[in-house]
Formats: sequence, structure tokens, C-alpha cells
Amino acid sequence: MSGKISRRKLIVSGLATAAGISGLAVADRLAHRYGLIPPDAEGFYGPSNTLTYAAQRLLMFHHPLAREFNRSEISKVFPVKGQAPLSDQYRRLLRGKFENWRLTVDGMVARPSTFSLAELKQMPSVSQVTLHTCEQGWSFIAEWTGVRLSHILNLVGMSPQAKYIAVFTYDKVWDTMDMYDAWHPQTLIAYGMNQKDLPAPHGAPARLRVARQVGYKNVKFLARLIATDNAKQYGKGLGGKAPEGGWAWYGGI
Amino acid sequence: MAQSTYLPELGACAADLAVSPRHSALVRITHWITAICFISLLVSGTAILLVQPSLYWGETGNFLTPSLMDLPIPYVSRGQSGWGRHLHFMTAWISIITGLVYVVFGFATRHFRKNLFPSSKHLSLASLANTFSIQLRSKPLSEVDFLTYNFVQRMTYLGVIFVLFPMMIWSGFAMSPGLVAVFPALVNLLGGHQSARTIHFCVAVLLVAFLIVHVAMVCLSGFVHRMGGMITGRRAARKEPA
Repeated sequence: MSGKISRRKLIVSGLATAAGISGLAVADRLAHRYGLIPPDAEGFYGPSNTLTYAAQRLLMFHHPLAREFNRSEISKVFPVKGQAPLSDQYRRLLRGKFENWRLTVDGMVARPSTFSLAELKQMPSVSQVTLHTCEQGWSFIAEWTGVRLSHILNLVGMSPQAKYIAVFTYDKVWDTMDMYDAWHPQTLIAYGMNQKDLPAPHGAPARLRVARQVGYKNVKFLARLIATDNAKQYGKGLGGKAPEGGWAWYGGI
Repeated sequence: MAQSTYLPELGACAADLAVSPRHSALVRITHWITAICFISLLVSGTAILLVQPSLYWGETGNFLTPSLMDLPIPYVSRGQSGWGRHLHFMTAWISIITGLVYVVFGFATRHFRKNLFPSSKHLSLASLANTFSIQLRSKPLSEVDFLTYNFVQRMTYLGVIFVLFPMMIWSGFAMSPGLVAVFPALVNLLGGHQSARTIHFCVAVLLVAFLIVHVAMVCLSGFVHRMGGMITGRRAARKEPA
């Protein structure tokens, strides 16, 4: 073993380490600038959650659509996880066929608004036949009808500084969604399922459809949307009820 | 060199084999990272599977539809799949990066060509017959046979590295709603979301079968020597076959 070789090795590995560390620092800065860091980026699984989120968002730079199916492929049965909220408030709304239900949209918007179900139904409607996949492993295909979230965000004049839409519901579930998904043409405030009103267990009167993420991101029983630049200001700061319960905030995997 | 036996049928020199490390540092490091990842993926994958221990074919399948196969698992976890998913995806990242490093350097350092791709010599009838006769008659191995892989071993390792692992990654990717939006062919070519899930399970079973045989062979062919070769790279002095 000559000293020369070990010195060369030392220099090479030193340079490689320096390059690696500065590369990571650059990647971290770019990731922050382009919003590639999820709210649950800390903790033991934080790095892999971040890697998954950043990698998928980079691959989706061209905003691809989730697969859509023919009506003939719609499932015959539609399993559901959980049940309709049992609160008096929700039951009263259900009994009243949601005539008194309102969707509040506020936060970083020019015109904070509330919309009734009838008003949502008068907006340009979109129907899509997409696959609903649960993180538990099951799936079904259904037709969803609703209004694009992007349409509502334009109506209320969302601030360009807003980075997330926080979503609150009648069943204590809440979540936040980034702008990639908020503006995506397949992201719907869905009030119809298989050409009927959305059934109560599936999230009546309106739920989110985010076709490029697993089931738990398709939040049900909508009550309020808040445009915000900080997803960490709610709850335990993880960006949603699901990450507080042990799942990842980003559900594209 | 004077005392080395030259073995023309394999183009290898027993003395060379004895001097060079049994496995290169790259092979040793990636092997053990992969081994740890394999256990982690198996445990976390089982945790995910326990929530819905039924398999289906096509795009859709759920507890209201007929299944292809219900796994005979008495315990169905109705609770948490979160930690299983977290651990599974973190380990998947480590595995894929390790696998990429291994494959790139495996080609660059001619590891595959030297150690795994069968040469025309392996395919000769005499060599094949020799391989099987060794297995059947438990004839003592020659030095070269002991230190290199025979045809069956080569094909098995190549199958795991270039068929089963890629199938595992592909069928895993095919279950990601995000990736499938970017590359719909990932799932369409496999026949649907539930088909991908079923394929993912079946390939996992094949890999577990490989693991069992692999570990059994290590034990049968000299545990200390084989483990030493894969951990330190050094070869222990071989005991003379009794």
C-alpha cells in the first residue's frame, strides 16, 4: 500500500463528499422554492415522504390526467369506509336535503363566498369515470359529477400567494391540498355519483375528487375551503387528519 | 503461479480465484443493504396486505366483489396500514437506489459478465451434465466449481436480479395513482390496478421462495465460508472434503 494511492483516494472521496453535500443543499433550496416539501417532511419517514412527493410532482410537470374509463366499466358495488357523520348538525342538513347546507370559501381570496348546493349545480358541471383506490387495497370505478375546484377558485379570486387549500368537513376530517391538485382539471367538488345525488356515506352533499391520489385524500362531507399560504397552521401542523393518524400527507403512492 | 491448476474449460485459474476477493466490496455492500430492505419490505408489505387479505384481477375489487383468492390468514387488521405504507415506501426508495447502483456498477466493472452471465462453456452438454451430476451424486466440488457459480445458480441469480426485482418495482409503481397518471401503460399492460396488486403479491412469494432456497444452500455449502465471503470478501481456508 503506497501513500500516494491512499492520498489520492482521500482527495477523491473528500471531493465526492463535498460535492454530495453541496448537491443536497442545492436540491433542498430548489425544493423549497418550487414547493416540493410536504407538510409532513419531518420525522423518521419525512425524507422518504419528501422524496416521493418531490419526485412525483416533478414527473407531473405537464399536469397529466388520471385515466378515465367508459361508463360500461363502472362497478356494480361501491364499498365505503366509515359512515355519514352522526352529529345533530349534519343530520339536520341531511333531513333537509341539504337545502340549508353552504360551502364557505374564504381565506386568501378577493371575494369570500358561500355557495348553496343549488348554486354549485348551476355552475358548469363536469363528469368523469375514474378509479377510486383505497390505501387498504380495494378499488372501484364510478362516475363523478361536480364543478371543477379551479372554477370556484377563479370565482372567489384566489390570491396568487396562496399555496394550499385547507379543506374542512362535517366529520372532523380535514386536509390540505397543494396548487398542483387544486388547479387540476380533474379535481372536482363532486355532488353527483353515477348520475344521482352523492349518497350520504359517500360524502353528501359534496366531496372532493382528487383522482391522482388515494381514497383518503378525496375528503367527504365538505363544509369549508380556506386558501392559505401555510398548511402547518392547523391541528398538529402535519397538514391534515390523515398524517396525524399515521398516513402520509401526499397520497399519490 | 507454478503450482496453480489451469482449468481450460472455464478459462479460470484456481490461484487467481483464491487471491481475488470472493465478492467485491460493491457486491457485498449492496447485498447486505438489499437483504435488510428485503426483510423490511416483507414485514411492511405483510402489514399492508393484512388490511385486505384478498386478491382480485382487473381494475376493481373489494370486499363486496368476488375475489380471485382469499389468503388463509386468520387475522385481518382493520386498523392501521399507515406505518406499513410509510416503512414500505421508504425501504422501496433505498432498495431502488441500491439496485440502480448495483446494476450500473455491475455492468461497468464487468461483474455480470465475469460472475453471472453464462458463457458458452456453461452451455455445453458436458458442463451441464457435470452440474447436475454434482448435485445428484454429491461428488466433491472442484476448486473452481466451489468458487464460481454453475449454470443453474447463474440463471437463478440473473432471474432474480433482472426479472423478479424489476417485476416487483413495476407492479408496485402500477399501484401508485400518481405514477399511473404520468405513465398509464404501467398499469394498463398489467391488466389493471388489482391485477398489479395480485402480480406484486405473486412475485413476492417467488422471491420468498428464492430466499429460502438461497439461505438453505448457504447453510449446506459451508455457512462460515459463504458468510465470510459475503461479509469480509475474504475466503476462509477450505477444508479438504472428507
